[in-house]
Amino acid sequence: MIRRALAVVAAGALFAGCASSGSKPTTGGALKGDLVVFAAASLKPTFTQLAKQFEAAHPGVKVVLSFGGSDTLAAQIKQGAPVDVFAAANNTTMQTVVSSDDAKSPVNFVKNELEMAVAPGNPKNIRALSDLAKPGVKLALCAKAVPCGSAAAKAFAVAGVDAKPVTFEQDVTSVLTKVELGEADAGLVYRTDVKAAGAKVDGVDFPEAAKAVNSYPIAQVTTGKNPNAGKEFVGFVLSPSGQAVLTAAGFEPAS
Amino acid sequence: MTLLERKPLKTKAARPPYGLFALAAIGVAFLVLPLVGLLVRAPWRSAPSLLRRGDVTTALRLSLETATISTVFALVLGVPIAWLLARTRFPARSLLRALCTLPLVLPPVAGGIALLLAYGRRGVVGEWLLRAFGVSLPFTTAGVVVAETFVAMPFLIVAVEGSLRGLDARYDAAAASLGASRSFTFRHVTLPLVAPGIAAGAVLCWARALGEFGATITFAGSYPGTTQTMPLQVYLTLQDDPQAAIVLSLLLLAVSIAVLVGLRDRWWSR
Repeated sequence: MIRRALAVVAAGALFAGCASSGSKPTTGGALKGDLVVFAAASLKPTFTQLAKQFEAAHPGVKVVLSFGGSDTLAAQIKQGAPVDVFAAANNTTMQTVVSSDDAKSPVNFVKNELEMAVAPGNPKNIRALSDLAKPGVKLALCAKAVPCGSAAAKAFAVAGVDAKPVTFEQDVTSVLTKVELGEADAGLVYRTDVKAAGAKVDGVDFPEAAKAVNSYPIAQVTTGKNPNAGKEFVGFVLSPSGQAVLTAAGFEPAS
Repeated sequence: MTLLERKPLKTKAARPPYGLFALAAIGVAFLVLPLVGLLVRAPWRSAPSLLRRGDVTTALRLSLETATISTVFALVLGVPIAWLLARTRFPARSLLRALCTLPLVLPPVAGGIALLLAYGRRGVVGEWLLRAFGVSLPFTTAGVVVAETFVAMPFLIVAVEGSLRGLDARYDAAAASLGASRSFTFRHVTLPLVAPGIAAGAVLCWARALGEFGATITFAGSYPGTTQTMPLQVYLTLQDDPQAAIVLSLLLLAVSIAVLVGLRDRWWSR
């Protein structure tokens, strides 16, 4: 975990160098101050990198990132957390924030598909979604209240598989951790998580994943204290250089 | 102890230190207001139906059971540790005390990770447990008990060690001079004398186990009926039904108060 975090920071720093020429501020005055960004747990590596690039392009701005289960973050926003930008892992969650007037006009910026994460070398020989229901396979899933959990439930419904997980985790990174540590034999996580985990897990694709695609919406939060920087950050995520970072990590373009 | 038993010193300044009162009042308000918030904002009308919901009663029963079993383990293992720390002298005693009370200051999630590395399927001890007995603790109710005991036992150790130290060791000496063996003395003299301290420690330990979240979710996971205790349920409910989460928090509060009140009558108002 620590090594991965360090690698992400290092990669972010590298990219930050190249990015400063890429995205120039479009607003008149120079942006400054803290920019608070809440993002789904599955966005941690990419948004850490995007934040570095954004800071390099706008030297006066410090991006403060907070990652967690989309629903936890949404609940915090509804309780009045001072947030400028919210990026969720599905539209249902974003809609709860929009309907409470805490965010306006969300835009889908990427899509993400589920993948099965298994121990390196796939010792339990997991090839299809139905293999997850085999006895002796310890399966970790996200709780249904979290986007990765609702997507998993949808995939199992499409496949007609009745899986019996050993745990419902609060966010997708916890599922991945359980597989990385070898406590769970398999977990349903996003394709991007498998990619970010490197050699610590293997990914196994399954056809039903296409039926349970999560769209990631991003929106400015109305309670934010730095609306100008917030607007600029949303624009940056949607820009070609922002999208390049996301697709390099395994996300698919939104449209 | 002896300081308190002395007659109060006569001083010129008889007026109470108002500054202390003011700070204490702010402190009390700080501690009590969150509880008031729960009471004021609770959706009382929907509470009864919510509390009868199957998943809530399941989580509550699991919490009560695991907290109680954890407390029993903590008593069986913790009282001897406390006795060792209070009554014997050996070189590494301070180190032992620091090690045994470490979970008090360790963030529970870090404790959960440490538990995984020790008792998990690939853990230092866990790997052997699995090979020798086919036992794997994560994702089981036993795993919840392990996590709760790990986090809560230090509370009991600290409380019992404190009351053992407050006890006059001459009672033991008197028993020994009358021919009682060490274990007889421990069971019939020391234990009854520190019983209130043990009870207080057990209550603290039980309450801490009941509220355990971080180590439980990290080590044991979260599955309804098996490992999803009340605090985990509260957290999960907060994500999609904040009103229900308030009611569940109140329920935990009520259980804690009931236990404190019940035990006070038995142990503390003698």
